Amino acid sequence: MSLIEITEVKKRFGDNEVLKGINIDVEPGEVIAIIGKSGSGKSTLLRCINGLETIDDGSISVAGAQLLPDEIHLKALRLKVGMIFQQFNLFPHLTAGRNVMLSQMVVKKTPRGEAEAMAKKMLERVGLGHKFDAYPDELSGGQQQRVAIARALAMQPIALLCDEITSALDPELVNEVLAVVKELASEGMTLLMVTHEMRFARDVCSRVVFMHQGRVHEIGPPGEVFAEPRTPELKQFLGML
Amino acid sequence: MHYTFDFGWLLEYWPVLLKGIGITVELTLVGGVLGVSLGVACAWARALGPGWLRPIVTAYVEMIRNTPFLIQLFFIFFGLPALGIRMNELEAANLAMVINLGAYGCEIIRAGIQATPKGQFEAGASLGMSRIQTFWHVILIPALQRIWPALSSQIVIVMLGSAAVSQIAAEDLTFAANFIQSRTFRAFEAYFVTTLIYLALAVLLRQLLRGVGWTIFPRRGAASRAR
Repeated sequence: MSLIEITEVKKRFGDNEVLKGINIDVEPGEVIAIIGKSGSGKSTLLRCINGLETIDDGSISVAGAQLLPDEIHLKALRLKVGMIFQQFNLFPHLTAGRNVMLSQMVVKKTPRGEAEAMAKKMLERVGLGHKFDAYPDELSGGQQQRVAIARALAMQPIALLCDEITSALDPELVNEVLAVVKELASEGMTLLMVTHEMRFARDVCSRVVFMHQGRVHEIGPPGEVFAEPRTPELKQFLGML
Repeated sequence: MHYTFDFGWLLEYWPVLLKGIGITVELTLVGGVLGVSLGVACAWARALGPGWLRPIVTAYVEMIRNTPFLIQLFFIFFGLPALGIRMNELEAANLAMVINLGAYGCEIIRAGIQATPKGQFEAGASLGMSRIQTFWHVILIPALQRIWPALSSQIVIVMLGSAAVSQIAAEDLTFAANFIQSRTFRAFEAYFVTTLIYLALAVLLRQLLRGVGWTIFPRRGAASRAR
């Protein structure tokens, strides 16, 4: 059984069918890059896996737990998969440390001392142990995104979903975030990331998914997908036409 | 004009004024704290609450915002006893102020909630928090921070509006002023002093609210800068 099983998933916004039957199985420890033009459904797919969008058809399961749109099932699912957003979405009124502590205390009822120790550990892990007491507006974009990663990791998820996590960053800040992701990948974290960082996808990912018009158009190891694209759409996307 | 100003009555009547100030302050503190709490609850209901609750809260808010405070007060104090609900004049005054601020506060706070970036709700949800938990721990404080100046003004307005409670014989500052001028016939002096006291109370209240803002919002401008 795969860790994440996405089966015939369909999603419609009004008349616009954004996902037209998606099938992807993700094995534990895999790092998957989802690439494609904007509007191809990549972000929607990721948001469906975390229950931020409800699906119209098909099924998604994570570690055997079905995604169902009620609060109990959603909570169980969200404890298994963390999500990192393009806009970081840190809580502006809390310090970095408190950002990482909050959901542990509120959702898992972790005692404050333990939550604080975990927050310190996770901030260390992303290289920001010294920023425990800094507020989000005192941090650079790259640092904010690393805090967001620490915040997701503190919930000890078995997989992380990354939705264009470097797209809102200045170019010189992209690498510090990607370095953290690379580190996670090497530690065996299962990662699904929507990304425009083709070089990163090539170097770090085990498989690349090319989405086109709401379908998985091509899927395979980065060597194949990037070196020998089979469809004209992927060739065009990669700038080879 | 042969009017001679005489503030000599102050020597005799300052305890009356002091008592009036005490009642006005008490009404403002209770009205402020409970009114804002009611406002938060109603703002949550209107912005994020279940569908069945919204029309009820909307009806309450519109009812209060489109009728005079004085009539609301009279209704509570003179009208409700017909249904067997009896209160003394201070309880009625407190209740009227809470209900009044609750309705105006609701609309102000709702604006703060609705200006919250969608990503904040999604971040809370993705961390496994329920909608209520996300509202309470993530949304509320930055939302209040956004509208704190407007809410502060509304609280000051309600404090000044509390002058109306003298009409049901709640012995607030305005009641004291009326009492003194009816005894001394020094209307100019009595209302002049009262005006200065209201002015001082309003300035102090604004300072107090600013202080409260400094305490509960650690980051000035952080809420508006976060995307």
